[in-house]
Amino acid sequence: MRNRRALCGCVLLGLLLSLSIAGPLVSPWGWDDTDFTAFRQGPSARHWFGTTPSGRDVFALTLRGAQKSLLIGVSVAVVSTGLAALFGTVAGFVGGWTDRVLMWGVDLLLVLPSLLVLAVLSPRLGGHWLLLVPLLAAFLWMVTARAVRAMTLSVRERESVLAARFLGVGTPRLIARHIVPQLASLLVVDASVNVSVAVIAESALSFLGIGVRAPDVSLGTLIADGRGAATTYPWPFGCAAGLLVLIVLAVNLLGDGLRDVLDPLSPSRGGGR
Amino acid sequence: MNVLEVTDLRVGFAPDVQAVRGVGLSVGQGEVLGIVGESGSGKTALALAVMGLLPEGTRTSGSVRLRGEELLGRSDRELSRVRGKDLAMVFQDPLSALTPVYAVGDQIAETIRIHSGATRAAARARAVELLDLVGIPGAARRARAYPHEFSGGMRQRVMIAMAIANDPVAILADEPTTALDVTIQAQVLDVLRVAKEATGAAIVLITHDLAVVAGFADRVMVMYAGRAVESGPVDEIYRRPRMPYTIGLLQSLPRVDGPAGEGAARGRRAPIEGPPSGAAPPPARCPFLPRCPVADAACAAAEPEPILVGPGGHVAACVNTSATADPAAVFPVPDVAVPPPARRPRRERPIVLEVADLVRHHPVYRGALLRRRAGSVHAVDGVGFDVREGETLALVGESGCGKTTALMEILRLARPQRGRVAVLGEDTAALSPARRKALRRDVQVVFQDPFTSLDPRMRVADILAEPLTTHGLPIGRRVEELLDLVGLEPAHAGRYPHGLSGGQRQRVGIARALALEPRLLLLDEPVASLDVSVQAGVMDLLEELRARLGLAYLFVAHDLAVVRRIADRVAVMHLGRIVEIGSVDEVYGAPAHPYTRALLDAVPLPDPFLERRRRRVPLRGDPPDPTDPPPGCRFRSRCPRYTALDAVESRLCDEHDPRPRAVGHDADRSVACHHPLIAAKVEL
Amino acid sequence: MAAFLLRRLANYAVLVVLAASLAYLLAAAALTPRANYEGRAPRPPEAVVDAQLTRFNLNDRTPLAERYGTWVAGLARGDFGRTWQGEPVNAELWRRLGVSLRLLVLGAVLGSALGVLAGAYAAVRRGRTADLLVTFLSYLVLAVPVFVLAVLLQIVASRTNQATGLRVFEWVGETTPGASDGPFGALGGLGDRVRHLLLPTATIALAQFALYSRYQRSMMLDVLQADFVRTARAKGLRRRDALLRHGLRTALIPMTTYFAYTSGLLLLGGMFTEKLFGWHGVGEWLIDSVTRGDVNAVAAVNCVAAAAVLLAGMASDVMYGVLDPRVRTGAVA
Repeated sequence: MRNRRALCGCVLLGLLLSLSIAGPLVSPWGWDDTDFTAFRQGPSARHWFGTTPSGRDVFALTLRGAQKSLLIGVSVAVVSTGLAALFGTVAGFVGGWTDRVLMWGVDLLLVLPSLLVLAVLSPRLGGHWLLLVPLLAAFLWMVTARAVRAMTLSVRERESVLAARFLGVGTPRLIARHIVPQLASLLVVDASVNVSVAVIAESALSFLGIGVRAPDVSLGTLIADGRGAATTYPWPFGCAAGLLVLIVLAVNLLGDGLRDVLDPLSPSRGGGR
Repeated sequence: MNVLEVTDLRVGFAPDVQAVRGVGLSVGQGEVLGIVGESGSGKTALALAVMGLLPEGTRTSGSVRLRGEELLGRSDRELSRVRGKDLAMVFQDPLSALTPVYAVGDQIAETIRIHSGATRAAARARAVELLDLVGIPGAARRARAYPHEFSGGMRQRVMIAMAIANDPVAILADEPTTALDVTIQAQVLDVLRVAKEATGAAIVLITHDLAVVAGFADRVMVMYAGRAVESGPVDEIYRRPRMPYTIGLLQSLPRVDGPAGEGAARGRRAPIEGPPSGAAPPPARCPFLPRCPVADAACAAAEPEPILVGPGGHVAACVNTSATADPAAVFPVPDVAVPPPARRPRRERPIVLEVADLVRHHPVYRGALLRRRAGSVHAVDGVGFDVREGETLALVGESGCGKTTALMEILRLARPQRGRVAVLGEDTAALSPARRKALRRDVQVVFQDPFTSLDPRMRVADILAEPLTTHGLPIGRRVEELLDLVGLEPAHAGRYPHGLSGGQRQRVGIARALALEPRLLLLDEPVASLDVSVQAGVMDLLEELRARLGLAYLFVAHDLAVVRRIADRVAVMHLGRIVEIGSVDEVYGAPAHPYTRALLDAVPLPDPFLERRRRRVPLRGDPPDPTDPPPGCRFRSRCPRYTALDAVESRLCDEHDPRPRAVGHDADRSVACHHPLIAAKVEL
Repeated sequence: MAAFLLRRLANYAVLVVLAASLAYLLAAAALTPRANYEGRAPRPPEAVVDAQLTRFNLNDRTPLAERYGTWVAGLARGDFGRTWQGEPVNAELWRRLGVSLRLLVLGAVLGSALGVLAGAYAAVRRGRTADLLVTFLSYLVLAVPVFVLAVLLQIVASRTNQATGLRVFEWVGETTPGASDGPFGALGGLGDRVRHLLLPTATIALAQFALYSRYQRSMMLDVLQADFVRTARAKGLRRRDALLRHGLRTALIPMTTYFAYTSGLLLLGGMFTEKLFGWHGVGEWLIDSVTRGDVNAVAAVNCVAAAAVLLAGMASDVMYGVLDPRVRTGAVA
């Protein structure tokens, strides 16, 4: 990988991933352990990042939260990019009424207040964190789908695709063999961008108390818990917030780097779709 | 006196890419220097280096002197006082070269105000004068229009007006007519001539087209691989070229006035084999060596220096000038491997493709946001012709005449909006999906751009196998056979398209089309995006394949010289209609429609002597709006003959749309004109 | 243009109505204002609660369709209904809308304008220190969610206040009660408001700055290589002038579509900012109303939000038309 940004993002993300996986293995404390001898302490040899007011180990908690946030973020990105690829190519390639109906649905979803829907639905679905994935994904695929559709429209008219069509190649194979590969770079880049959006969205919801909920933790809940005392006792807040920022930064770097590598002529270079 | 002098100019991009390697030139006041080169020869880098407009990080050395003052190495601030005032430039693509958000009058006025400090009103008035000078009708009104509201030719006129706004000493024109149709090209060259006379400026005209330079330039410089390989007075270069590259280029050029006849008798041009060398770091040898037929040991020893070979400062960078004393003997005329089989008379051959009264209208939406339906483009508006086995019918016409649309309509193999398309006797309107797929084996297509028509993610072998797998045919050794058929090596099968040169890619495209052994091949400008020296090889291949495989071609092209070279019959299209159809020899020899005549007149000849003697009546203005074709004859607004008609005769043109009718001696020739240039066949 | 705008407006109106209806139905079906009464001590009799809820059209025992009908009928008169405590939603909505606008407009304008300038400048100075600085800053800020950014700013502010011993920064609410009664009168009140505005505005402006600078930088990079910039230099403009007069002007066009996209993000960011800085704006109201199960308030805020998003879309269309003559005069597309 020649791109410096992509390399930076990759290395950083790799470090964060291995930390969140290996960290709990080396930490002497479990994320749900409570140390009744240490409440609200600063970092020490016993508790590397200090403890919360209720005596839980900040290091273990933060890593547990990061695990959850990453897991949710990646799953949401994969699901939403898949949805976008499906609806985008179908709308673009089939055209006509299918296209109109799908795009109108996209418009509607964009206008619908996602926060309200999430806030209302998420407590009603039992609150298991896995259920957050389809919910978040349902509100993240629209912008990518539009980009996929626009690109399908132009790819469809490319001479290489026309040539295949005039050879008699059927529609499903045409989409699978000639259209999707040409969209691959867009999809890879958008999937990585969606990871960062999903991580932020998940932690935002958890911050408001409508995402991951107690006793489980995510970076969002940790930030919310630590916020009140952040000015006087910054450890729980700082660790969770710092890790969140690093994750998003790494994913953004990776996504932008990939975009430059895969898609040097993309008009939407630099994000914003 | 030389106003612009360049000596030993070198331009380097990335660490190891040398675009220009020691080029020198000089142009005097009122003189025109033509620089000719194929893609990658460094001609554009040369122009930008002279202007000081190369991107940052480019290494430039040597000397560029304008009226004795050195320009190279000056700061942007100092150069900006020279650029646009003494030294002006006309760019290739006039749409992207004009700022889309400002009115053209303002853009010209800006040029004036930068250098003279004129008042806004004075500059505007001068801008209108300039627009009038370059022949834009209604200049005062059009000055307030934006670039997108102009046609390509009109935009290029605006560019020229901008270039001459401050009476420059020298004008660089980089491919100023390449993006334009041939009739518009003739107009723009005339404007450039006017501009030269109005300013007395020296002009450097950069082009890939030897024919454009022939009638316009005083001196010519031929570039190859970043070097000037030959230069001298225009007559010398065209009459007695001494560098093998120049010779090959001139000989491979198709000409509208070429000899008539079929196959070899038509005068096969000796092609320059192989792709032009890229800008790789040059070894110390003649860069043309790998392609040169008269190379010897001395050529590999060192890069040859230019030596004087003729009068008027005619120099050529060749060590073997003794071998090039007779240009005609340099490239051996290849033996014709397969003598063209004696074809049966046209009437006896079966019809492969029959098109009758084909219509295709596109809806037109105007505006990007205010998308409202604004009528429809009459892209194809009642076209009829037939193609018989073993022959090539060419559809020619300017851009927007509907030739490619007609091709695509045939390729769809579906019911047309109106009219009838029959392939091998089967009406496409009545095809079942299975039958349509089966018929696709007989009708294949080759596209214009070999860079976009091959999927960059597939290997050549996969590209060639796809048609076979699609139709459930065994692959076997077919891929190798196909590669061999189009003159490629078996080793090419493992490559990706980006590992091939343009000509090689186009050969792969042809091989893919031939994989299913079709009987009809539709070719959409198959050589238009190739360099001249590569064009010749691909056209030879197409001719050979047609003869060997008994194919029929429908060949869409804008280049009348290419059509002359390859087609048996030609159909001239104008605004969605065929205005004239007939055998190439008859149509080119004695055009019956004034439009055909004008098109042929507008094609420049690669011969300075003939070019200067030609009397041509250029077409005026642009083609009419295809969404709203005028009543009566659609060509009359531009027709040179129409203006010479009396009132009674011209009323016919005003009121009646001419229908095609037979003309001349040939039964298959017809013309859609009320007043054809040759006598109509007496109808019995 | 006018006819086109009207048609767009009609299309948008349909979308707003649909979105608002869906939001109402969802809120009405899922939220339980009844819990607010039942949680009271002493617990009021069932019949009283029912009557109260019915009066405010909040009774979950009334069929959903009927409640929706009542809501739509009210909306047709421009009445958003009542909160669960019986106060009119309209009055509260307008009051809070004012608060939100005071917060958002300044931050958004400041952030986007600075972002566009910085992005353009960074592109022109590509690879130099200025570019690296702007790029680094925008990357960093983009990676910091608003609710973290706000808290970080609060920490910095509190440290500054401690260090200087003055209350330079304020981060709770819009005003300090009684600020304009001080020795400086109304002027002191204004100063107090400015101090309260500082941090939340900075939060919003920073987030907008990061988005806009990054996007404008890449748009500008595309334009740097454009043929028309080269033409402008060939005319005799210096590089900087050519880029400013021809490049920046053209690179602004795609920003108009971006404007519509970021306005949605702005609303979300504004919500968190209000909540975290104790501004009693619309966003905070939405969050609180969802937790309180206040159906009518939630529906009203969503109506306004949907309308705002679509208004932004319209505004971006209009800006597009104003900036790009190709749209205005209708090229053949």
